[in-house]
Amino acid sequence: METMTMNGQQIELNEEGYMKNPAQWSKEWAHQIAGEYEITLTDKHFEVLNWLREKQAEGVALNIRKVGKSGIVDIKQFYALFPGGPLKVSSRIAGIPKPVSCV
Amino acid sequence: MTETLNKEPVTSKATVPANKKEDTVKKVVIICSKGTLEDVYAALIMANGALADGRDAKLFFTFFGLDAITKSKADHLHTATVGNPAFMPAMPTMIGGLPGFEKFASYMMKKQMDKLDIPNVTEFIEMIDAGGGEIYACKLAADMFKLEEKDFLPEVKGIITVGDMYALADGEGSHFIFI
Repeated sequence: METMTMNGQQIELNEEGYMKNPAQWSKEWAHQIAGEYEITLTDKHFEVLNWLREKQAEGVALNIRKVGKSGIVDIKQFYALFPGGPLKVSSRIAGIPKPVSCV
Repeated sequence: MTETLNKEPVTSKATVPANKKEDTVKKVVIICSKGTLEDVYAALIMANGALADGRDAKLFFTFFGLDAITKSKADHLHTATVGNPAFMPAMPTMIGGLPGFEKFASYMMKKQMDKLDIPNVTEFIEMIDAGGGEIYACKLAADMFKLEEKDFLPEVKGIITVGDMYALADGEGSHFIFI
Protein backbone atom coordinates (compact mmCIF):
# COMPACT_ATOMS: atom_id res chain seq x y z
CA MET A 1 0.00 0.00 0.00
CA GLU A 2 1.21 3.48 -0.79
CA THR A 3 1.39 5.92 2.02
CA MET A 4 2.78 9.31 2.79
CA THR A 5 3.41 10.93 6.12
CA MET A 6 2.08 14.35 6.88
CA ASN A 7 2.49 15.87 10.31
CA GLY A 8 3.17 12.48 11.80
CA GLN A 9 0.05 10.95 10.30
CA GLN A 10 0.24 8.06 7.85
CA ILE A 11 -1.95 8.85 4.88
CA GLU A 12 -3.07 5.98 2.68
CA LEU A 13 -3.05 6.62 -1.04
CA ASN A 14 -4.14 4.73 -4.10
CA GLU A 15 -1.70 4.18 -6.96
CA GLU A 16 -2.65 7.52 -8.54
CA GLY A 17 -2.03 9.48 -5.37
CA TYR A 18 -5.66 9.92 -4.35
CA MET A 19 -6.42 9.79 -0.64
CA LYS A 20 -8.11 6.55 0.37
CA ASN A 21 -9.77 7.83 3.48
CA PRO A 22 -11.31 11.31 3.07
CA ALA A 23 -11.36 11.65 6.86
CA GLN A 24 -7.57 12.09 6.80
CA TRP A 25 -7.92 15.28 4.78
CA SER A 26 -6.47 18.52 6.09
CA LYS A 27 -5.86 21.98 4.70
CA GLU A 28 -2.18 21.14 4.67
CA TRP A 29 -2.81 18.22 2.37
CA ALA A 30 -4.86 20.53 0.12
CA HIS A 31 -2.09 23.12 -0.08
CA GLN A 32 0.58 20.53 -0.64
CA ILE A 33 -1.23 18.69 -3.45
CA ALA A 34 -2.39 21.96 -5.04
CA GLY A 35 1.27 22.96 -5.13
CA GLU A 36 2.03 19.93 -7.29
CA TYR A 37 -0.36 21.37 -9.86
CA GLU A 38 1.03 24.88 -9.36
CA ILE A 39 -2.30 26.02 -7.94
CA THR A 40 -2.37 28.54 -5.10
CA LEU A 41 -5.53 27.86 -3.16
CA THR A 42 -7.91 30.74 -2.45
CA ASP A 43 -11.15 30.90 -0.45
CA LYS A 44 -13.03 30.13 -3.67
CA HIS A 45 -11.00 26.95 -4.13
CA PHE A 46 -11.83 25.90 -0.59
CA GLU A 47 -15.53 26.59 -1.14
CA VAL A 48 -15.42 24.16 -4.06
CA LEU A 49 -13.32 21.62 -2.15
CA ASN A 50 -15.69 21.69 0.82
CA TRP A 51 -18.69 21.31 -1.46
CA LEU A 52 -17.05 18.31 -3.17
CA ARG A 53 -16.23 16.71 0.18
CA GLU A 54 -19.77 17.26 1.43
CA LYS A 55 -21.39 15.78 -1.68
CA GLN A 56 -18.98 12.86 -1.76
CA ALA A 57 -19.83 12.10 1.88
CA GLU A 58 -23.52 12.14 0.93
CA GLY A 59 -22.78 9.51 -1.69
CA VAL A 60 -23.40 11.75 -4.69
CA ALA A 61 -21.74 10.59 -7.92
CA LEU A 62 -19.86 13.75 -8.80
CA ASN A 63 -19.34 15.15 -12.26
CA ILE A 64 -18.37 18.50 -13.75
CA ARG A 65 -21.96 19.34 -14.63
CA LYS A 66 -23.04 19.03 -11.00
CA VAL A 67 -20.22 21.30 -9.86
CA GLY A 68 -21.41 23.78 -12.49
CA LYS A 69 -24.84 23.74 -10.89
CA SER A 70 -23.51 23.96 -7.31
CA GLY A 71 -24.06 27.69 -7.14
CA ILE A 72 -20.40 28.17 -6.17
CA VAL A 73 -18.80 28.22 -9.59
CA ASP A 74 -19.95 27.77 -13.15
CA ILE A 75 -18.15 25.30 -15.41
CA LYS A 76 -15.88 27.92 -16.90
CA GLN A 77 -14.76 29.12 -13.47
CA PHE A 78 -14.26 25.52 -12.35
CA TYR A 79 -11.87 24.90 -15.26
CA ALA A 80 -10.08 28.16 -14.46
CA LEU A 81 -9.65 27.29 -10.77
CA PHE A 82 -8.34 23.78 -11.39
CA PRO A 83 -6.58 23.66 -14.75
CA GLY A 84 -5.59 20.32 -16.25
CA GLY A 85 -8.83 18.41 -15.68
CA PRO A 86 -10.91 20.24 -13.07
CA LEU A 87 -12.73 17.40 -11.32
CA LYS A 88 -9.75 15.05 -11.40
CA VAL A 89 -7.46 17.65 -9.90
CA SER A 90 -9.93 19.08 -7.39
CA SER A 91 -10.93 15.61 -6.19
CA ARG A 92 -7.32 14.77 -5.45
CA ILE A 93 -6.86 18.05 -3.58
CA ALA A 94 -10.16 17.50 -1.76
CA GLY A 95 -8.99 14.08 -0.59
CA ILE A 96 -11.85 12.21 -2.21
CA PRO A 97 -11.71 9.34 -4.74
CA LYS A 98 -10.99 9.99 -8.38
CA PRO A 99 -14.26 10.65 -10.22
CA VAL A 100 -15.49 7.82 -12.42
CA SER A 101 -18.00 9.75 -14.52
CA CYS A 102 -17.66 10.02 -18.32
CA VAL A 103 -19.64 13.26 -18.30
CA MET B 1 -5.99 33.09 1.82
CA THR B 2 -2.67 31.43 1.30
CA GLU B 3 -1.07 29.79 4.23
CA THR B 4 2.59 29.21 3.87
CA LEU B 5 3.46 25.66 4.53
CA ASN B 6 6.37 23.86 5.88
CA LYS B 7 6.86 21.13 3.36
CA GLU B 8 9.59 19.45 5.37
CA PRO B 9 7.62 16.87 7.39
CA VAL B 10 6.25 15.27 4.27
CA THR B 11 7.99 12.20 3.03
CA SER B 12 6.39 11.37 -0.22
CA LYS B 13 6.86 7.84 -1.43
CA ALA B 14 4.41 7.53 -4.18
CA THR B 15 2.93 10.76 -5.32
CA VAL B 16 3.48 11.19 -9.01
CA PRO B 17 1.32 14.21 -9.69
CA ALA B 18 -1.25 13.35 -12.31
CA ASN B 19 -0.31 16.38 -14.39
CA LYS B 20 3.39 15.64 -14.47
CA LYS B 21 3.03 12.18 -15.98
CA GLU B 22 4.14 11.78 -19.56
CA ASP B 23 0.99 12.06 -21.58
CA THR B 24 1.22 11.54 -25.31
CA VAL B 25 -2.41 12.30 -26.18
CA LYS B 26 -2.54 16.06 -25.85
CA LYS B 27 -5.28 17.00 -28.25
CA VAL B 28 -8.21 15.39 -30.07
CA VAL B 29 -9.84 16.76 -33.19
CA ILE B 30 -13.21 15.09 -33.53
CA ILE B 31 -15.00 15.19 -36.86
CA CYS B 32 -18.71 14.44 -36.61
CA SER B 33 -20.38 13.77 -39.95
CA LYS B 34 -23.53 12.12 -38.60
CA GLY B 35 -26.71 13.63 -37.25
CA THR B 36 -28.12 10.68 -35.33
CA LEU B 37 -28.48 11.01 -31.60
CA GLU B 38 -25.96 8.32 -30.68
CA ASP B 39 -23.29 9.50 -33.11
CA VAL B 40 -23.55 13.11 -31.99
CA TYR B 41 -23.39 12.05 -28.35
CA ALA B 42 -20.32 9.95 -29.03
CA ALA B 43 -18.61 13.07 -30.40
CA LEU B 44 -19.76 15.27 -27.52
CA ILE B 45 -18.84 12.79 -24.81
CA MET B 46 -15.37 12.23 -26.26
CA ALA B 47 -14.72 15.96 -26.62
CA ASN B 48 -15.98 16.78 -23.15
CA GLY B 49 -14.15 13.79 -21.69
CA ALA B 50 -10.89 14.98 -23.22
CA LEU B 51 -11.30 18.43 -21.64
CA ALA B 52 -12.28 16.95 -18.29
CA ASP B 53 -9.10 14.94 -18.45
CA GLY B 54 -6.92 17.95 -19.12
CA ARG B 55 -6.57 17.46 -22.86
CA ASP B 56 -7.40 19.86 -25.65
CA ALA B 57 -10.49 19.20 -27.81
CA LYS B 58 -11.75 20.59 -31.12
CA LEU B 59 -14.98 19.57 -32.79
CA PHE B 60 -15.66 19.86 -36.49
CA PHE B 61 -19.22 19.19 -37.65
CA THR B 62 -19.91 18.34 -41.27
CA PHE B 63 -22.79 17.04 -43.40
CA PHE B 64 -25.63 15.74 -41.23
CA GLY B 65 -23.48 16.37 -38.19
CA LEU B 66 -24.37 20.05 -38.69
CA ASP B 67 -27.78 19.26 -37.18
CA ALA B 68 -26.06 19.01 -33.79
CA ILE B 69 -25.03 22.66 -33.92
CA THR B 70 -28.06 24.03 -35.78
CA LYS B 71 -30.28 25.99 -33.37
CA SER B 72 -33.56 24.59 -34.65
CA LYS B 73 -32.39 20.96 -34.65
CA ALA B 74 -29.77 20.41 -31.95
CA ASP B 75 -32.17 19.30 -29.23
CA HIS B 76 -34.38 17.28 -31.56
CA LEU B 77 -32.00 14.64 -32.84
CA HIS B 78 -33.29 11.12 -33.43
CA THR B 79 -31.92 7.65 -33.26
CA ALA B 80 -32.61 5.46 -36.30
CA THR B 81 -35.16 2.70 -35.73
CA VAL B 82 -34.97 1.50 -39.33
CA GLY B 83 -31.74 0.26 -40.89
CA ASN B 84 -30.24 -0.09 -37.44
CA PRO B 85 -29.85 -3.81 -36.70
CA ALA B 86 -28.65 -3.12 -33.17
CA PHE B 87 -31.88 -1.38 -32.24
CA MET B 88 -34.30 -3.87 -30.64
CA PRO B 89 -33.18 -6.82 -32.82
CA ALA B 90 -36.28 -8.86 -31.99
CA MET B 91 -38.55 -6.16 -33.38
CA PRO B 92 -39.62 -6.44 -37.04
CA THR B 93 -38.10 -3.62 -39.10
CA MET B 94 -41.55 -2.56 -40.31
CA ILE B 95 -42.58 -1.64 -36.77
CA GLY B 96 -39.61 0.71 -36.62
CA GLY B 97 -41.01 2.44 -39.66
CA LEU B 98 -44.42 3.17 -38.19
CA PRO B 99 -45.25 6.86 -37.94
CA GLY B 100 -44.06 8.33 -34.66
CA PHE B 101 -42.06 5.26 -33.65
CA GLU B 102 -38.68 6.87 -34.18
CA LYS B 103 -39.77 9.90 -32.20
CA PHE B 104 -40.94 7.65 -29.38
CA ALA B 105 -37.71 5.62 -29.37
CA SER B 106 -35.65 8.81 -29.33
CA TYR B 107 -37.75 10.14 -26.48
CA MET B 108 -37.15 6.96 -24.46
CA MET B 109 -33.43 7.13 -25.18
CA LYS B 110 -33.24 10.77 -24.06
CA LYS B 111 -35.16 9.94 -20.90
CA GLN B 112 -32.67 7.20 -20.08
CA MET B 113 -29.74 9.55 -20.71
CA ASP B 114 -31.31 12.16 -18.48
CA LYS B 115 -31.32 9.59 -15.68
CA LEU B 116 -27.58 9.17 -16.16
CA ASP B 117 -27.16 12.93 -15.84
CA ILE B 118 -26.20 13.31 -19.50
CA PRO B 119 -27.15 16.82 -20.64
CA ASN B 120 -29.06 17.61 -23.81
CA VAL B 121 -27.11 18.61 -26.90
CA THR B 122 -27.18 22.39 -26.44
CA GLU B 123 -26.17 22.18 -22.79
CA PHE B 124 -23.42 19.71 -23.68
CA ILE B 125 -22.08 22.15 -26.27
CA GLU B 126 -22.16 24.94 -23.68
CA MET B 127 -20.17 22.70 -21.33
CA ILE B 128 -17.56 21.94 -23.99
CA ASP B 129 -17.26 25.64 -24.78
CA ALA B 130 -16.93 26.50 -21.08
CA GLY B 131 -14.20 23.89 -20.76
CA GLY B 132 -12.15 25.54 -23.49
CA GLY B 133 -13.15 23.23 -26.34
CA GLU B 134 -13.68 24.74 -29.77
CA ILE B 135 -16.56 24.01 -32.11
CA TYR B 136 -16.56 24.57 -35.86
CA ALA B 137 -18.87 24.01 -38.82
CA CYS B 138 -17.75 22.73 -42.21
CA LYS B 139 -17.98 25.39 -44.90
CA LEU B 140 -18.82 23.11 -47.79
CA ALA B 141 -21.60 21.35 -45.87
CA ALA B 142 -22.97 24.66 -44.57
CA ASP B 143 -23.10 25.97 -48.15
CA MET B 144 -24.77 22.79 -49.30
CA PHE B 145 -27.47 22.95 -46.65
CA LYS B 146 -27.73 26.75 -47.03
CA LEU B 147 -26.81 27.36 -43.40
CA GLU B 148 -25.21 30.55 -42.14
CA GLU B 149 -23.63 31.66 -38.90
CA LYS B 150 -26.98 32.86 -37.56
CA ASP B 151 -28.42 29.35 -37.92
CA PHE B 152 -25.78 27.87 -35.63
CA LEU B 153 -25.51 27.81 -31.85
CA PRO B 154 -23.59 30.78 -30.41
CA GLU B 155 -20.73 28.50 -29.29
CA VAL B 156 -19.79 27.75 -32.91
CA LYS B 157 -16.53 29.61 -33.45
CA GLY B 158 -16.58 29.64 -37.20
CA ILE B 159 -17.44 28.07 -40.52
CA ILE B 160 -14.17 26.71 -41.80
CA THR B 161 -12.60 24.82 -44.70
CA VAL B 162 -10.98 21.40 -44.65
CA GLY B 163 -7.58 23.08 -44.61
CA ASP B 164 -8.53 25.10 -41.52
CA MET B 165 -9.78 21.92 -39.89
CA TYR B 166 -6.41 20.22 -40.40
CA ALA B 167 -4.71 23.26 -38.92
CA LEU B 168 -6.71 22.70 -35.72
CA ALA B 169 -4.64 19.56 -35.20
CA ASP B 170 -1.35 21.43 -35.27
CA GLY B 171 1.12 20.46 -32.62
CA GLU B 172 2.50 17.30 -31.06
CA GLY B 173 0.29 14.62 -29.54
CA SER B 174 -2.69 15.54 -31.68
CA HIS B 175 -5.19 12.91 -32.80
CA PHE B 176 -8.15 12.73 -35.18
CA ILE B 177 -11.37 10.90 -34.47
CA PHE B 178 -13.91 10.50 -37.27
CA ILE B 179 -17.54 9.75 -36.66
